[in-house]
Amino acid sequence: MSLALSPDDRPYLPRGVRLHDDRVRGSTVLLAPEKAVELDQIGVAILSRVNGEDTFAQIIQDLAQTYNAPAQQIEQDVQRFLVGLRARLYLMVH
Amino acid sequence: MSVPPPIAMLAELTHRCPLSCPYCSNPLEMAAKEAELDTETWADVFRQAAEMGVLQLHLSGGEPASRRDLEELTRAAHAAGLYTNLITSAIGLTPRRLDALEAAGLDHIQLSLQGTNAQLADKIGGYRGGFDRKMQAAEEIAKRGIPLTLNAVMHRQNLDDLDRTIDMAVELGARRLEVACVQFHGWATKNIAALLPTREQTEAAKDKVAEASKRLRGVLAFDFVPPDYYADYPKSCMGGWGSAGLNVAPDGSVLPCHAAQTIPHLQFDNVRDTALKSIWYDSAAFNAYRGTDWLPEPCQSCDRKEVDFGGCRCQALALAGDAGATDPVCVKSPDHHRVVAMLAEGEDEADLTYRVNA
Ligand code: SF4
Ligand code: SF4
Repeated sequence: MSLALSPDDRPYLPRGVRLHDDRVRGSTVLLAPEKAVELDQIGVAILSRVNGEDTFAQIIQDLAQTYNAPAQQIEQDVQRFLVGLRARLYLMVH
Repeated sequence: MSVPPPIAMLAELTHRCPLSCPYCSNPLEMAAKEAELDTETWADVFRQAAEMGVLQLHLSGGEPASRRDLEELTRAAHAAGLYTNLITSAIGLTPRRLDALEAAGLDHIQLSLQGTNAQLADKIGGYRGGFDRKMQAAEEIAKRGIPLTLNAVMHRQNLDDLDRTIDMAVELGARRLEVACVQFHGWATKNIAALLPTREQTEAAKDKVAEASKRLRGVLAFDFVPPDYYADYPKSCMGGWGSAGLNVAPDGSVLPCHAAQTIPHLQFDNVRDTALKSIWYDSAAFNAYRGTDWLPEPCQSCDRKEVDFGGCRCQALALAGDAGATDPVCVKSPDHHRVVAMLAEGEDEADLTYRVNA
């Protein structure tokens, strides 16, 4: 199945997946079943907007505004990142 | 060499277990109940682990549910800020205990599967009725929505059962299926001939997993751990000795890996008398095979040394008689012929030697 998000999809982190402030390493990590993924600033910016309420389109718009970048390019990057997480079931959509 | 903090800790709460799997990696000499750390000491170890940078805690065994205080230990782990995973056969996990574990903050359950039907599973687990009890528990886990991984140890006698294993993972609502080919440590070394998968089985399993992970993309994630005997090069041992994870045995000894106690000349410090942090950074056992400086030839001049760190120390000991040797799985190892000979010894009719419980 295609895991690409549509504009109206509202992504969320399912139970058992969460962001964690790693004070020892000074970074934010995504904690998932038997896995810890260290996030870069972009990853943090994306996932901190993933809340199960905002749509994919809204998240892109917000990021484009905040970082003053073309929405189209942002959409590509975010899509790729979120599809990767979805394939591991670290991300789901309403 | 600067040593990074550990990411994961495996807490072997007990060696007790109602099952007696012939591939158990627990040591031949198991810790008795009286030797186990008490609740308070474990809770303190969890806090020390979190403080030094551990993110993931695996509560394991034996069967961790054999500990009456599992709920309390889970609460302590959660309070310390650790992502808490329970590795269990689910025997002994009643609905009431599941409720309590959920309330205590358990994040995830990894459920082991001994087989896909009662006949096969109970033969491997050596426990009649075990399969039915596991299935009941699995339903209770699914009903509560606790994130679930199914772990199937594949070996010569069940690799052909992989299709059904995959279907079961989907039916049970697991998000992830780990297909791990049996590793020969601890008790399992008694059963190499009976459990070693054939090359054909291994190849077929690889293909099946590749096909299923495509078909079930977004439904079920796969982790496949093939045996390295049929590969040219060994696997890296958990990213290198003393680099990512540590194990605490039931009696409080701290090990770089679950099989490290098989290496006779190493001495392991105990959390009863040494701080976890100093064991990780300063102990002789953790520094014995850290990094690459200790590596012998042919590894020392090999361009894969930062990839596999010379392979598995326990395997080197078991197969070459020297924990400091190149892993004999490697085609460049002077002991590689021993692996070739071992592979020739597999037999379908070999008897299983069941784990004898402490
Ligand atoms: S040393 Fe060997 S047995 Fe131990 S974890 Fe590493 S690979 Fe496994
Ligand atoms: S020689 Fe050593 S470093 Fe090179 S592939 Fe073999 S085990 Fe790995």
